[in-house]
Amino acid sequence: MSAWLLEPLSHDFMVRALLISALVGGVCGLLSCYMTLKGWALMGDAVSHAVLPGVVLAYALGLPFSLGAFVFGVGSVATIGFVKQKSRIKEDTVIGLVFTGFFALGLVLVSKTRSNIDLTHILFGNVLGITASDIQQTLLISAAVAAVLLILRRDLLLFCFDPTHARSIGINTGMLHYLLLSVLSLAAVAGLQTVGIILVVAMLVTPGATAYLLTDRFDHMSLLAITSSVLSSLLGVIISYWSDSSTAGCIVLVQTGLFLLAFLLAPRHGIFKRGGDIGA
Amino acid sequence: MRIEADQICVDYNGSVALYDASLHLPPGCICGLVGMNGAGKSTLFKALTGFVRPSRGRIRINGMRVAEAQREQAVAYVPQSESIDCGFPISVWDVVMMGRYGAMNLLRIPRQSDRIAVRDALQRVELLELRQRPIGTLSGGQRKRAFLARAIAQRASVLLLDEPFNGVDVRTEKLMAELFLQFRDEGRTILISTHDLSHVRAFCDLVVLINKTVLAYGETSEVFTPENLALTFGGLPPNLLSGPSSSEEGPT
Repeated sequence: MSAWLLEPLSHDFMVRALLISALVGGVCGLLSCYMTLKGWALMGDAVSHAVLPGVVLAYALGLPFSLGAFVFGVGSVATIGFVKQKSRIKEDTVIGLVFTGFFALGLVLVSKTRSNIDLTHILFGNVLGITASDIQQTLLISAAVAAVLLILRRDLLLFCFDPTHARSIGINTGMLHYLLLSVLSLAAVAGLQTVGIILVVAMLVTPGATAYLLTDRFDHMSLLAITSSVLSSLLGVIISYWSDSSTAGCIVLVQTGLFLLAFLLAPRHGIFKRGGDIGA
Repeated sequence: MRIEADQICVDYNGSVALYDASLHLPPGCICGLVGMNGAGKSTLFKALTGFVRPSRGRIRINGMRVAEAQREQAVAYVPQSESIDCGFPISVWDVVMMGRYGAMNLLRIPRQSDRIAVRDALQRVELLELRQRPIGTLSGGQRKRAFLARAIAQRASVLLLDEPFNGVDVRTEKLMAELFLQFRDEGRTILISTHDLSHVRAFCDLVVLINKTVLAYGETSEVFTPENLALTFGGLPPNLLSGPSSSEEGPT
Protein backbone atom coordinates (compact mmCIF):
# COMPACT_ATOMS: atom_id res chain seq x y z
CA MET A 1 0.00 0.00 0.00
CA SER A 2 2.74 2.47 0.96
CA ALA A 3 4.66 1.58 -2.20
CA TRP A 4 1.47 2.15 -4.12
CA LEU A 5 1.29 5.66 -2.67
CA LEU A 6 5.00 6.48 -2.60
CA GLU A 7 6.34 5.22 -5.90
CA PRO A 8 4.51 7.89 -7.94
CA LEU A 9 6.17 10.53 -5.73
CA SER A 10 9.59 9.61 -7.14
CA HIS A 11 8.63 11.40 -10.36
CA ASP A 12 8.67 15.18 -10.37
CA PHE A 13 5.79 15.39 -12.80
CA MET A 14 3.68 13.26 -10.45
CA VAL A 15 4.46 15.46 -7.45
CA ARG A 16 3.48 18.54 -9.43
CA ALA A 17 0.33 16.86 -10.66
CA LEU A 18 -0.68 15.78 -7.18
CA LEU A 19 -0.08 19.23 -5.67
CA ILE A 20 -1.87 21.15 -8.41
CA SER A 21 -4.84 18.83 -8.62
CA ALA A 22 -5.22 18.83 -4.84
CA LEU A 23 -5.11 22.64 -4.75
CA VAL A 24 -7.57 23.03 -7.59
CA GLY A 25 -9.73 20.32 -6.06
CA GLY A 26 -9.85 22.13 -2.73
CA VAL A 27 -10.80 25.48 -4.26
CA CYS A 28 -13.39 24.00 -6.60
CA GLY A 29 -14.73 21.91 -3.72
CA LEU A 30 -15.39 25.02 -1.63
CA LEU A 31 -17.01 26.79 -4.57
CA SER A 32 -19.13 23.74 -5.37
CA CYS A 33 -21.04 24.26 -2.09
CA TYR A 34 -22.32 27.61 -3.34
CA MET A 35 -22.99 26.25 -6.84
CA THR A 36 -25.18 23.40 -5.57
CA LEU A 37 -27.02 25.57 -3.03
CA LYS A 38 -27.60 28.37 -5.52
CA GLY A 39 -28.64 25.94 -8.26
CA TRP A 40 -25.93 27.10 -10.65
CA ALA A 41 -24.67 23.73 -11.87
CA LEU A 42 -25.76 24.46 -15.43
CA MET A 43 -24.12 27.87 -15.20
CA GLY A 44 -20.85 26.14 -14.21
CA ASP A 45 -21.13 23.87 -17.22
CA ALA A 46 -21.79 26.86 -19.47
CA VAL A 47 -18.91 28.96 -18.22
CA SER A 48 -16.41 26.12 -18.41
CA HIS A 49 -17.30 25.38 -22.05
CA ALA A 50 -17.45 29.04 -23.03
CA VAL A 51 -13.81 29.67 -22.06
CA LEU A 52 -12.51 27.61 -25.00
CA PRO A 53 -12.25 30.46 -27.55
CA GLY A 54 -10.53 32.57 -24.89
CA VAL A 55 -7.91 29.91 -24.29
CA VAL A 56 -7.24 29.51 -28.01
CA LEU A 57 -7.00 33.26 -28.67
CA ALA A 58 -4.73 33.78 -25.67
CA TYR A 59 -2.34 31.09 -26.92
CA ALA A 60 -2.39 32.56 -30.42
CA LEU A 61 -1.64 36.05 -29.09
CA GLY A 62 0.97 34.87 -26.61
CA LEU A 63 -1.02 35.99 -23.58
CA PRO A 64 -1.54 34.02 -20.37
CA PHE A 65 -4.27 31.50 -21.21
CA SER A 66 -6.11 32.24 -17.97
CA LEU A 67 -6.63 35.85 -19.02
CA GLY A 68 -8.33 34.83 -22.26
CA ALA A 69 -10.37 32.20 -20.47
CA PHE A 70 -11.52 34.64 -17.82
CA VAL A 71 -12.59 37.25 -20.37
CA PHE A 72 -14.67 34.71 -22.28
CA GLY A 73 -16.04 33.14 -19.10
CA VAL A 74 -17.34 36.48 -17.87
CA GLY A 75 -18.37 37.39 -21.41
CA SER A 76 -20.54 34.28 -21.69
CA VAL A 77 -22.21 35.09 -18.38
CA ALA A 78 -22.89 38.64 -19.48
CA THR A 79 -24.28 37.39 -22.80
CA ILE A 80 -26.57 34.93 -21.00
CA GLY A 81 -27.82 37.70 -18.71
CA PHE A 82 -28.37 40.08 -21.61
CA VAL A 83 -30.25 37.63 -23.86
CA LYS A 84 -32.40 36.46 -20.94
CA GLN A 85 -33.33 40.02 -20.01
CA LYS A 86 -34.05 41.18 -23.53
CA SER A 87 -36.01 38.19 -24.80
CA ARG A 88 -38.80 35.88 -23.74
CA ILE A 89 -36.59 32.80 -23.80
CA LYS A 90 -36.22 30.85 -20.56
CA GLU A 91 -32.89 30.88 -18.78
CA ASP A 92 -31.88 27.23 -19.24
CA THR A 93 -32.46 27.54 -22.97
CA VAL A 94 -30.39 30.71 -23.12
CA ILE A 95 -27.58 29.01 -21.20
CA GLY A 96 -27.57 26.00 -23.54
CA LEU A 97 -27.64 28.25 -26.56
CA VAL A 98 -24.87 30.62 -25.50
CA PHE A 99 -22.33 28.14 -24.21
CA THR A 100 -22.52 25.85 -27.21
CA GLY A 101 -22.11 28.89 -29.44
CA PHE A 102 -18.97 29.94 -27.61
CA PHE A 103 -17.66 26.37 -27.56
CA ALA A 104 -18.24 25.97 -31.29
CA LEU A 105 -16.40 29.23 -31.91
CA GLY A 106 -13.50 27.81 -29.92
CA LEU A 107 -13.43 24.62 -31.99
CA VAL A 108 -13.32 26.60 -35.23
CA LEU A 109 -10.59 28.88 -33.86
CA VAL A 110 -8.47 25.89 -32.88
CA SER A 111 -8.53 24.55 -36.39
CA LYS A 112 -7.93 27.99 -37.93
CA THR A 113 -5.09 29.31 -35.77
CA ARG A 114 -1.59 28.13 -36.53
CA SER A 115 -0.33 27.14 -33.14
CA ASN A 116 0.80 24.09 -31.28
CA ILE A 117 -2.29 23.92 -29.12
CA ASP A 118 -3.32 20.38 -28.41
CA LEU A 119 -7.09 20.41 -28.32
CA THR A 120 -7.27 17.21 -26.31
CA HIS A 121 -5.22 18.82 -23.53
CA ILE A 122 -7.73 21.65 -23.24
CA LEU A 123 -10.75 19.39 -23.48
CA PHE A 124 -9.54 16.60 -21.24
CA GLY A 125 -6.84 18.19 -19.11
CA ASN A 126 -3.11 17.62 -19.01
CA VAL A 127 -2.14 17.75 -15.38
CA LEU A 128 0.78 15.35 -15.88
CA GLY A 129 2.41 17.72 -18.35
CA ILE A 130 1.68 20.96 -16.54
CA THR A 131 4.28 23.71 -17.15
CA ALA A 132 5.87 26.09 -14.68
CA SER A 133 3.92 29.09 -15.98
CA ASP A 134 0.68 27.11 -15.80
CA ILE A 135 1.45 26.32 -12.17
CA GLN A 136 2.05 30.00 -11.41
CA GLN A 137 -1.26 31.00 -12.96
CA THR A 138 -3.11 28.24 -11.18
CA LEU A 139 -1.62 29.26 -7.83
CA LEU A 140 -2.66 32.89 -8.35
CA ILE A 141 -6.17 31.96 -9.46
CA SER A 142 -6.68 29.55 -6.60
CA ALA A 143 -5.51 32.10 -4.06
CA ALA A 144 -7.87 34.75 -5.47
CA VAL A 145 -10.86 32.41 -5.52
CA ALA A 146 -10.18 31.12 -2.01
CA ALA A 147 -9.73 34.65 -0.65
CA VAL A 148 -13.05 35.87 -2.07
CA LEU A 149 -14.94 32.80 -0.88
CA LEU A 150 -13.48 32.93 2.62
CA ILE A 151 -13.84 36.67 3.20
CA LEU A 152 -17.38 36.84 1.86
CA ARG A 153 -18.54 33.40 2.94
CA ARG A 154 -21.37 34.60 5.15
CA ASP A 155 -22.61 37.18 2.66
CA LEU A 156 -22.50 34.63 -0.15
CA LEU A 157 -24.37 32.13 1.99
CA LEU A 158 -27.05 34.70 2.75
CA PHE A 159 -27.16 35.62 -0.95
CA CYS A 160 -27.83 31.97 -1.83
CA PHE A 161 -30.36 31.50 0.96
CA ASP A 162 -32.44 34.68 0.93
CA PRO A 163 -31.37 37.42 -1.50
CA THR A 164 -34.40 39.54 -0.61
CA HIS A 165 -33.29 39.80 3.00
CA ALA A 166 -29.72 40.45 1.89
CA ARG A 167 -30.91 43.34 -0.25
CA SER A 168 -33.20 44.74 2.44
CA ILE A 169 -30.33 45.05 4.94
CA GLY A 170 -28.23 46.95 2.42
CA ILE A 171 -26.01 44.19 1.02
CA ASN A 172 -25.22 44.78 -2.65
CA THR A 173 -26.68 41.58 -4.10
CA GLY A 174 -25.97 42.59 -7.70
CA MET A 175 -22.29 42.88 -6.84
CA LEU A 176 -22.35 39.48 -5.09
CA HIS A 177 -24.06 37.91 -8.11
CA TYR A 178 -21.35 39.03 -10.51
CA LEU A 179 -18.58 38.38 -8.04
CA LEU A 180 -19.71 34.79 -7.63
CA LEU A 181 -19.92 34.42 -11.42
CA SER A 182 -16.41 35.86 -11.81
CA VAL A 183 -15.11 33.48 -9.18
CA LEU A 184 -16.86 30.68 -11.06
CA SER A 185 -15.07 31.69 -14.28
CA LEU A 186 -11.72 31.73 -12.47
CA ALA A 187 -12.32 28.36 -10.86
CA ALA A 188 -13.35 26.91 -14.22
CA VAL A 189 -10.04 28.13 -15.64
CA ALA A 190 -8.14 26.50 -12.78
CA GLY A 191 -10.18 23.33 -13.10
CA LEU A 192 -9.57 22.94 -16.79
CA GLN A 193 -5.86 22.56 -16.01
CA THR A 194 -6.51 19.36 -14.15
CA VAL A 195 -9.58 17.76 -15.69
CA GLY A 196 -10.18 19.80 -18.84
CA ILE A 197 -13.15 21.73 -20.11
CA ILE A 198 -15.48 18.76 -20.53
CA LEU A 199 -15.25 17.48 -16.97
CA VAL A 200 -14.63 20.67 -15.02
CA VAL A 201 -18.31 20.93 -14.13
CA ALA A 202 -17.86 17.78 -12.03
CA MET A 203 -15.28 19.61 -9.92
CA LEU A 204 -17.77 22.46 -9.50
CA VAL A 205 -20.78 20.33 -8.55
CA THR A 206 -20.01 16.83 -7.29
CA PRO A 207 -18.13 17.58 -4.03
CA GLY A 208 -20.84 20.02 -2.95
CA ALA A 209 -23.58 17.53 -3.77
CA THR A 210 -21.78 14.77 -1.85
CA ALA A 211 -21.30 16.98 1.21
CA TYR A 212 -24.90 18.21 1.03
CA LEU A 213 -26.12 14.65 1.57
CA LEU A 214 -23.95 14.24 4.66
CA THR A 215 -24.77 17.26 6.81
CA ASP A 216 -27.25 19.99 7.65
CA ARG A 217 -24.62 22.56 8.64
CA PHE A 218 -22.93 24.76 6.08
CA ASP A 219 -19.57 24.81 7.90
CA HIS A 220 -19.46 21.02 7.89
CA MET A 221 -20.65 20.95 4.31
CA SER A 222 -17.80 23.14 3.09
CA LEU A 223 -15.20 21.13 5.02
CA LEU A 224 -16.61 17.84 3.72
CA ALA A 225 -16.73 19.16 0.16
CA ILE A 226 -13.12 20.33 0.29
CA THR A 227 -11.99 17.06 1.87
CA SER A 228 -13.79 14.83 -0.62
CA SER A 229 -12.59 16.95 -3.52
CA VAL A 230 -8.92 16.95 -2.45
CA LEU A 231 -9.08 13.24 -1.72
CA SER A 232 -10.61 12.53 -5.14
CA SER A 233 -7.90 14.54 -6.87
CA LEU A 234 -5.06 12.75 -5.06
CA LEU A 235 -6.55 9.28 -5.43
CA GLY A 236 -7.55 9.95 -9.03
CA VAL A 237 -4.03 11.00 -10.04
CA ILE A 238 -2.46 7.97 -8.34
CA ILE A 239 -4.99 5.54 -9.79
CA SER A 240 -4.41 6.97 -13.25
CA TYR A 241 -0.65 6.45 -12.76
CA TRP A 242 -1.02 2.78 -11.91
CA SER A 243 -3.78 2.03 -14.36
CA ASP A 244 -2.25 4.15 -17.12
CA SER A 245 -5.61 5.73 -17.88
CA SER A 246 -7.03 9.23 -18.26
CA THR A 247 -6.19 11.37 -15.21
CA ALA A 248 -9.26 13.55 -15.57
CA GLY A 249 -11.43 10.49 -15.92
CA CYS A 250 -9.96 8.90 -12.79
CA ILE A 251 -10.37 12.06 -10.67
CA VAL A 252 -14.00 12.51 -11.66
CA LEU A 253 -14.71 8.80 -11.28
CA VAL A 254 -13.44 8.86 -7.69
CA GLN A 255 -15.62 11.93 -7.04
CA THR A 256 -18.62 10.15 -8.50
CA GLY A 257 -17.81 7.08 -6.42
CA LEU A 258 -17.74 9.15 -3.23
CA PHE A 259 -21.05 10.71 -4.22
CA LEU A 260 -22.59 7.26 -4.74
CA LEU A 261 -21.37 6.19 -1.30
CA ALA A 262 -23.02 9.25 0.26
CA PHE A 263 -26.13 8.74 -1.83
CA LEU A 264 -26.50 5.19 -0.55
CA LEU A 265 -25.16 5.43 2.99
CA ALA A 266 -25.59 9.02 4.24
CA PRO A 267 -27.03 8.79 7.77
CA ARG A 268 -29.95 11.21 7.30
CA HIS A 269 -30.28 11.87 3.58
CA GLY A 270 -29.05 8.61 2.01
CA ILE A 271 -31.27 5.97 0.44
CA PHE A 272 -30.58 3.49 3.24
CA LYS A 273 -30.85 6.09 5.98
CA ARG A 274 -30.91 4.93 9.55
CA GLY A 275 -33.37 6.08 12.19
CA GLY A 276 -36.41 8.30 11.75
CA ASP A 277 -36.60 10.87 9.02
CA ILE A 278 -37.50 14.33 10.24
CA GLY A 279 -38.65 16.86 7.72
CA ALA A 280 -38.30 16.85 3.97
CA MET B 1 -43.90 59.37 8.92
CA ARG B 2 -42.39 55.88 8.90
CA ILE B 3 -43.27 55.12 5.30
CA GLU B 4 -43.95 57.75 2.67
CA ALA B 5 -44.61 56.60 -0.85
CA ASP B 6 -45.72 59.21 -3.36
CA GLN B 7 -47.04 58.32 -6.79
CA ILE B 8 -44.90 55.23 -7.23
CA CYS B 9 -44.81 53.62 -10.66
CA VAL B 10 -43.11 50.29 -11.26
CA ASP B 11 -42.94 48.51 -14.57
CA TYR B 12 -41.18 45.34 -15.65
CA ASN B 13 -40.01 45.46 -19.27
CA GLY B 14 -42.90 47.67 -20.25
CA SER B 15 -45.72 45.91 -18.37
CA VAL B 16 -47.07 48.04 -15.56
CA ALA B 17 -47.10 46.41 -12.12
CA LEU B 18 -47.98 49.50 -10.08
CA TYR B 19 -48.91 53.07 -11.01
CA ASP B 20 -49.50 56.22 -9.02
CA ALA B 21 -49.43 54.32 -5.73
CA SER B 22 -49.32 56.64 -2.71
CA LEU B 23 -49.20 55.63 0.90
CA HIS B 24 -48.29 57.32 4.19
CA LEU B 25 -47.91 55.25 7.34
CA PRO B 26 -47.13 56.70 10.80
CA PRO B 27 -44.91 55.08 13.47
CA GLY B 28 -46.64 52.51 15.62
CA CYS B 29 -49.34 51.04 13.45
CA ILE B 30 -50.42 47.75 11.96
CA CYS B 31 -51.50 48.08 8.38
CA GLY B 32 -53.07 45.42 6.20
CA LEU B 33 -52.16 45.37 2.51
CA VAL B 34 -55.08 43.77 0.72
CA GLY B 35 -55.34 42.83 -2.94
CA MET B 36 -55.67 39.95 -5.33
CA ASN B 37 -52.74 37.94 -6.64
CA GLY B 38 -50.93 40.09 -9.14
CA ALA B 39 -52.42 43.28 -7.73
CA GLY B 40 -48.95 44.62 -6.94
CA LYS B 41 -48.55 43.66 -3.27
CA SER B 42 -45.18 42.02 -3.73
CA THR B 43 -44.12 44.75 -6.15
CA LEU B 44 -44.80 47.35 -3.47
CA PHE B 45 -42.75 45.29 -1.02
CA LYS B 46 -39.96 45.01 -3.56
CA ALA B 47 -39.96 48.77 -4.01
CA LEU B 48 -39.84 49.32 -0.25
CA THR B 49 -36.94 46.85 0.16
CA GLY B 50 -35.04 48.32 -2.78
CA PHE B 51 -35.37 45.24 -4.97
CA VAL B 52 -36.98 47.20 -7.78
CA ARG B 53 -36.47 50.85 -8.49
CA PRO B 54 -39.68 52.75 -9.24
CA SER B 55 -39.64 54.35 -12.68
CA ARG B 56 -41.40 57.34 -11.16
CA GLY B 57 -42.34 58.57 -7.72
CA ARG B 58 -40.63 58.94 -4.38
CA ILE B 59 -40.19 56.64 -1.40
CA ARG B 60 -38.99 57.75 2.03
CA ILE B 61 -38.57 55.51 5.04
CA ASN B 62 -38.04 57.34 8.32
CA GLY B 63 -37.43 60.35 6.09
CA MET B 64 -34.54 58.59 4.30
CA ARG B 65 -34.16 57.27 0.79
CA VAL B 66 -34.49 53.47 0.52
CA ALA B 67 -30.74 52.85 0.18
CA GLU B 68 -30.01 54.91 3.31
CA ALA B 69 -32.82 53.22 5.22
CA GLN B 70 -31.31 49.84 4.27
CA ARG B 71 -27.94 50.86 5.65
CA GLU B 72 -29.67 51.95 8.87
CA GLN B 73 -31.30 48.49 9.09
CA ALA B 74 -34.71 50.19 9.12
CA VAL B 75 -36.59 47.69 6.95
CA ALA B 76 -37.08 43.99 7.66
CA TYR B 77 -38.76 41.67 5.20
CA VAL B 78 -40.39 38.47 6.45
CA PRO B 79 -40.80 36.14 3.44
CA GLN B 80 -43.47 33.56 2.78
CA SER B 81 -41.78 30.46 4.08
CA GLU B 82 -42.71 28.66 0.85
CA SER B 83 -40.29 30.93 -0.99
CA ILE B 84 -37.36 29.62 1.06
CA ASP B 85 -35.28 26.56 0.17
CA CYS B 86 -36.03 24.27 3.10
CA GLY B 87 -33.14 21.95 2.40
CA PHE B 88 -30.68 24.73 3.06
CA PRO B 89 -28.01 23.52 5.51
CA ILE B 90 -28.32 26.17 8.18
CA SER B 91 -29.69 26.20 11.72
CA VAL B 92 -32.47 28.33 13.18
CA TRP B 93 -29.82 30.25 15.13
CA ASP B 94 -27.89 31.03 11.92
CA VAL B 95 -31.04 32.26 10.18
CA VAL B 96 -31.84 34.67 13.01
CA MET B 97 -28.19 35.77 13.15
CA MET B 98 -28.57 36.89 9.52
CA GLY B 99 -30.73 39.67 10.89
CA ARG B 100 -27.60 41.07 12.55
CA TYR B 101 -25.33 41.01 9.47
CA GLY B 102 -26.03 44.62 8.59
CA ALA B 103 -24.74 45.71 12.00
CA MET B 104 -21.57 43.62 11.78
CA ASN B 105 -18.21 44.19 10.09
CA LEU B 106 -17.32 42.77 6.67
CA LEU B 107 -16.47 39.30 7.96
CA ARG B 108 -19.80 39.12 9.84
CA ILE B 109 -18.26 37.79 13.02
CA PRO B 110 -20.90 37.98 15.79
CA ARG B 111 -20.12 39.96 18.93
CA GLN B 112 -21.65 39.36 22.33
CA SER B 113 -24.33 41.98 21.64
CA ASP B 114 -25.34 40.18 18.45
CA ARG B 115 -25.68 36.88 20.28
CA ILE B 116 -27.82 38.55 22.94
CA ALA B 117 -30.06 40.09 20.28
CA VAL B 118 -30.51 36.70 18.60
CA ARG B 119 -31.24 34.95 21.90
CA ASP B 120 -33.80 37.59 22.89
CA ALA B 121 -35.49 37.39 19.50
CA LEU B 122 -35.70 33.59 19.66
CA GLN B 123 -37.17 33.85 23.13
CA ARG B 124 -39.87 36.24 21.98
CA VAL B 125 -41.03 33.87 19.25
CA GLU B 126 -40.69 30.86 21.59
CA LEU B 127 -38.10 29.03 19.50
CA LEU B 128 -35.08 29.19 21.78
CA GLU B 129 -35.05 25.47 22.50
CA LEU B 130 -35.08 24.67 18.76
CA ARG B 131 -32.18 27.00 17.91
CA GLN B 132 -29.78 24.25 16.80
CA ARG B 133 -32.30 22.55 14.51
CA PRO B 134 -31.80 22.82 10.73
CA ILE B 135 -34.34 25.29 9.38
CA GLY B 136 -35.85 22.62 7.13
CA THR B 137 -36.89 20.40 10.03
CA LEU B 138 -39.24 23.05 11.46
CA SER B 139 -42.97 23.11 10.83
CA GLY B 140 -44.40 25.85 8.63
CA GLY B 141 -45.48 27.91 11.61
CA GLN B 142 -42.17 27.53 13.42
CA ARG B 143 -40.32 28.51 10.28
CA LYS B 144 -42.42 31.64 10.00
CA ARG B 145 -41.59 32.50 13.60
CA ALA B 146 -37.88 32.01 12.85
CA PHE B 147 -38.06 34.63 10.11
CA LEU B 148 -40.01 36.92 12.42
CA ALA B 149 -37.22 36.47 14.99
CA ARG B 150 -34.73 37.53 12.32
CA ALA B 151 -36.68 40.76 11.84
CA ILE B 152 -36.74 41.30 15.62
CA ALA B 153 -33.00 40.71 15.88
CA GLN B 154 -32.50 43.25 13.12
CA ARG B 155 -34.29 45.85 15.29
CA ALA B 156 -36.02 47.22 12.21
CA SER B 157 -38.59 49.97 12.61
CA VAL B 158 -40.52 48.86 9.52
CA LEU B 159 -41.61 45.25 9.14
CA LEU B 160 -42.94 43.93 5.85
CA LEU B 161 -44.70 40.58 6.17
CA ASP B 162 -45.72 38.54 3.15
CA GLU B 163 -48.86 36.48 3.90
CA PRO B 164 -47.76 35.79 7.50
CA PHE B 165 -50.83 33.73 8.38
CA ASN B 166 -50.65 31.36 5.40
CA GLY B 167 -50.53 27.77 6.60
CA VAL B 168 -49.60 28.44 10.21
CA ASP B 169 -50.79 26.58 13.29
CA VAL B 170 -53.10 28.16 15.89
CA ARG B 171 -50.29 28.67 18.39
CA THR B 172 -48.17 30.56 15.86
CA GLU B 173 -51.11 32.66 14.73
CA LYS B 174 -51.93 33.72 18.29
CA LEU B 175 -48.29 34.39 19.12
CA MET B 176 -47.77 36.46 15.97
CA ALA B 177 -50.88 38.53 16.64
CA GLU B 178 -49.61 39.28 20.17
CA LEU B 179 -46.16 40.16 18.83
CA PHE B 180 -47.63 42.54 16.24
CA LEU B 181 -49.45 44.42 19.01
CA GLN B 182 -46.19 44.61 21.01
CA PHE B 183 -44.32 45.88 17.93
CA ARG B 184 -46.94 48.59 17.49
CA ASP B 185 -46.52 49.65 21.12
CA GLU B 186 -42.75 49.76 20.53
CA GLY B 187 -43.39 52.28 17.75
CA ARG B 188 -42.71 49.98 14.83
CA THR B 189 -44.77 50.05 11.67
CA ILE B 190 -45.99 46.71 10.41
CA LEU B 191 -47.24 46.22 6.88
CA ILE B 192 -48.95 42.85 6.36
CA SER B 193 -49.84 41.63 2.91
CA THR B 194 -52.80 39.28 3.03
CA HIS B 195 -55.88 38.18 1.20
CA ASP B 196 -57.59 37.05 4.39
CA LEU B 197 -59.96 39.86 5.36
CA SER B 198 -60.81 38.42 8.77
CA HIS B 199 -57.24 38.98 9.98
CA VAL B 200 -57.38 42.55 8.79
CA ARG B 201 -60.58 43.20 10.71
CA ALA B 202 -59.17 41.47 13.78
CA PHE B 203 -56.14 43.64 14.40
CA CYS B 204 -55.14 46.03 11.64
CA ASP B 205 -55.45 49.74 12.53
CA LEU B 206 -55.11 50.79 8.94
CA VAL B 207 -55.73 49.08 5.66
CA VAL B 208 -54.48 49.66 2.13
CA LEU B 209 -56.54 48.32 -0.75
CA ILE B 210 -54.48 47.74 -3.83
CA ASN B 211 -55.15 46.79 -7.42
CA LYS B 212 -52.28 48.02 -9.61
CA THR B 213 -52.59 51.25 -7.64
CA VAL B 214 -53.68 52.23 -4.14
CA LEU B 215 -57.49 52.28 -4.35
CA ALA B 216 -58.03 53.44 -0.78
CA TYR B 217 -56.22 53.61 2.49
CA GLY B 218 -57.05 54.71 6.00
CA GLU B 219 -58.77 53.46 9.14
CA THR B 220 -59.92 49.89 8.68
CA SER B 221 -63.52 50.68 9.66
CA GLU B 222 -63.77 53.47 7.09
CA VAL B 223 -61.97 51.80 4.20
CA PHE B 224 -63.54 48.36 4.49
CA THR B 225 -66.72 49.20 2.64
CA PRO B 226 -68.40 46.79 0.23
CA GLU B 227 -67.80 49.26 -2.63
CA ASN B 228 -64.07 49.48 -1.96
CA LEU B 229 -63.73 45.74 -1.57
CA ALA B 230 -65.61 45.18 -4.80
CA LEU B 231 -63.15 47.51 -6.54
CA THR B 232 -60.21 45.67 -4.99
CA PHE B 233 -61.41 42.24 -5.96
CA GLY B 234 -62.69 43.18 -9.39
CA GLY B 235 -66.40 43.20 -8.62
CA LEU B 236 -66.57 39.80 -6.97
CA PRO B 237 -68.29 39.68 -3.57
CA PRO B 238 -65.45 39.74 -1.06
CA ASN B 239 -66.96 37.09 1.19
CA LEU B 240 -66.22 34.61 -1.58
CA LEU B 241 -62.59 35.60 -1.58
CA SER B 242 -61.83 35.92 2.08
CA GLY B 243 -61.32 32.21 2.66
CA PRO B 244 -63.21 29.74 4.81
CA SER B 245 -61.98 31.14 8.14
CA SER B 246 -63.98 34.33 7.72
CA SER B 247 -67.03 33.03 5.93
CA GLU B 248 -69.18 33.45 9.03
CA GLU B 249 -68.75 37.21 9.10
CA GLY B 250 -69.67 38.81 5.79
CA PRO B 251 -68.84 42.47 5.24
CA THR B 252 -72.37 43.73 4.83
